[in-house]
Amino acid sequence: MSKTESTFINMTATLVVVTLVAAGLLGSVFALTKEPIRLAELKKKNEAIQIVVPGFDNEPSQEVKSMFVDGDSIYLYTARKGEEVLGTAVETFTNKGFSGEFKLMVGFAPDGSIIDIAVIKHSETPGLGNKMEKGKSDFSVQFKGKHPDSFKLAVTKDHGDVDAITASTITSRAYCDAVTRAYKAFMVSQKEN
Amino acid sequence: MNQWKNFSKGLLKENAVFVLILGMCPTLGVTTSATNGLGMGLATTFVLIMSNLVVSLVKNLIPDKVRIPAFIVIIAAFVTVVELVMKGYVPALFDALGLFIPLIVVNCVVLGRAEAFASKNTVWSSIVDGAGMGIGFTMALTILGAVRELLGSGAFFGMKLISGDGLLLFILPPGAFLALGYLIVLANMIKEKTS
Repeated sequence: MSKTESTFINMTATLVVVTLVAAGLLGSVFALTKEPIRLAELKKKNEAIQIVVPGFDNEPSQEVKSMFVDGDSIYLYTARKGEEVLGTAVETFTNKGFSGEFKLMVGFAPDGSIIDIAVIKHSETPGLGNKMEKGKSDFSVQFKGKHPDSFKLAVTKDHGDVDAITASTITSRAYCDAVTRAYKAFMVSQKEN
Repeated sequence: MNQWKNFSKGLLKENAVFVLILGMCPTLGVTTSATNGLGMGLATTFVLIMSNLVVSLVKNLIPDKVRIPAFIVIIAAFVTVVELVMKGYVPALFDALGLFIPLIVVNCVVLGRAEAFASKNTVWSSIVDGAGMGIGFTMALTILGAVRELLGSGAFFGMKLISGDGLLLFILPPGAFLALGYLIVLANMIKEKTS
């Protein structure tokens, strides 16, 4: 078979056909993977809520309130067992991480104390900043059961009560920033109720 | 050409990372752990094989002057397929590799093989070439990731072997350059001995 010549019509037709076929392929793959992607993201979110406010029997991802703060959205999920409100899981963010944005899920008991905190998404340095993840170090443990009114959410270098991760002060500061933002959003929503 | 030779040249003799020094962006960027290196390598291998296959099939239909844009569209389509599938079925790996998956499009190994090999050779040879190059790339990334993970966080494929923090430098970007430099020396020594 001889090579197609580089005439204007040939070139245009080739590129149109190539892009059309590629678009068709991508469209069908997108349609096929749309549902699994949604489920994977939902599962991750539910797992995070399960960690920070354990023991609920409703669907917190259905009871969601959103709040627009500092140029991004914070989501508040109410966790209930029967009629009793167990707490609120707050999906919060910070832009001050060492590698930019990361997202946390913070669980607050109805009185405002922190139940637990989980990391949803981050791109912090492995071996350094990623120690903020649960199980990688004891960093996240120190927040458990603390009330932000009496436990100052800032690293000790900034005269706060949080012991920073060694060599990851920026990440630790950003973590406190995200938790503070979550607490503020939680207080606002408590007042609204 | 002998197909075994065609396949094995990607492993050491023309290894994309250690010898051709191609595809440095993902090589240096994602290899903070062996698992990340392996995941990135396999994703690239899939794109390489598929793009080599398609490019060698359509090589005579595409006019010379527009071959590069056409190849890029083909490669980008496969990369997006990998991205969507990974997001849906292995979200943990997708989170770890993040930005580097779309960047496979501009990995010069992929376009380089399409241009230098698949556009001149038969379909079968192109698939073999893509597989060889891809596996060589995966091997290089996994080794580099393993070295950095072992020195930097004292672990191997996520299993903690040595307690303590390790040499943080190797997890940070400068460590990638250092580790890669020594690995290239090693690869050259092996290459000289075998030839």
